[in-house]
Amino acid sequence: MPSILSVFTKLADYLVFDLLKFTPESHWGGSLHFFVEDITKIYALLVVMIYVIGFLRASLNVEKVRDFLQGKGKLLGYVMASGFGAVTPFCSCSSIPLFLGFTQARIPLGITMAFLITSPIINEVVVVLLASILGIKFLVTYILVGMGAGILGGFFFDFIKGERWLQDFVKNIPAAPASCGCEGSCTPTQSYQQKPSVEERHRFALSELKGIFKRVWIWVLVGVGLGALLHGVVPDDFVANYLQGDRFWSVPVAVFLGIPLYANATGIVPVAESLLAKGLPIGTTLAFMMSTVAASFPEFMMLKQVMKVKLLATFFAFLLVMFTMVGWILNLVF
Amino acid sequence: MKIEILGGGCKTCQDLYKNTEEAVKELGLSDVEMGKITDMQKIVSMGVLMTPGIAVDGKVVASGRLFTKKEIMDVLKK
Repeated sequence: MPSILSVFTKLADYLVFDLLKFTPESHWGGSLHFFVEDITKIYALLVVMIYVIGFLRASLNVEKVRDFLQGKGKLLGYVMASGFGAVTPFCSCSSIPLFLGFTQARIPLGITMAFLITSPIINEVVVVLLASILGIKFLVTYILVGMGAGILGGFFFDFIKGERWLQDFVKNIPAAPASCGCEGSCTPTQSYQQKPSVEERHRFALSELKGIFKRVWIWVLVGVGLGALLHGVVPDDFVANYLQGDRFWSVPVAVFLGIPLYANATGIVPVAESLLAKGLPIGTTLAFMMSTVAASFPEFMMLKQVMKVKLLATFFAFLLVMFTMVGWILNLVF
Repeated sequence: MKIEILGGGCKTCQDLYKNTEEAVKELGLSDVEMGKITDMQKIVSMGVLMTPGIAVDGKVVASGRLFTKKEIMDVLKK
């Protein structure tokens, strides 16, 4: 795979050094080269990845996930929910209907939480970015932590009987069978009924590609642009000198800052790359990334409608502790 | 015909509303009443887990993501 990707290096070499006549040693030359190479590489990878995942995912939807999870035992449930969360896209405004729907199907809170925790962390865009910018090792660590956080979260929330702290209307929601039969005529949605044909999968994949690309292209541009600036302009030991890349306090601080921040997983990856290159410890960087991506202020506001403040605060505390520990462990290990 | 957009009100739901309006106009459908359902409990009781969604005369016909004008037109044609 590295040999295929070197085509982007060569493209950047040609555009920046041959056509535009920058020198590799100059700050601007270095930044521009980084920018061109990364942007072309990432856009190309994104197109491929989003299409492929979209194609495969055409028959999966959240209603099916709920049906599948219903009645599953807890341990298996956490793992599956986290796994499903990893492959389904996440929109913070659908966290509420999702939460209610799962509860209605009498799926234990822990399993719902496993899904909710992992879902925003893992998606095809961030996978492409991590693999291409930070390397496979980082990607695997990220995925393991993302799923681990979901699974552990599942255990945690059921262990503390978190369902006591749901809003009353959620606790009292009448159980409903997975498929319809509830009030009125609720016809299963189109996508739920038939298994999609190849042509339908292709059309779905294309629309996913257009939709996602339209949403993220600018963030990738900004993120890579920022990364390029840092790459060429900020001196290599900036972090060591000014931020004192210390491995202890930087972690909880990074996590505390990261949780309420609403960051697109897309834009933050190239920034993380530059921070890493400038000396920020791996654990701290990963902890910051995960906490930024795992939760956001808008999402918390949405969840407040179904969770009592106590549960929401516990969720925040769980993420804080979880990612801080991950950061510390990784700082020690790497 | 009553067409309702199901969702909490975030940008995706608003975009879906716009796309649906355009789809209706392009299909030349008359006597269409457009509406919004934002009450989460009602949305869930209609069977939708992932907003936004579209319901025609109380029946959910599509849900899960922002559909394009063309996709909505295909759905409405049926």
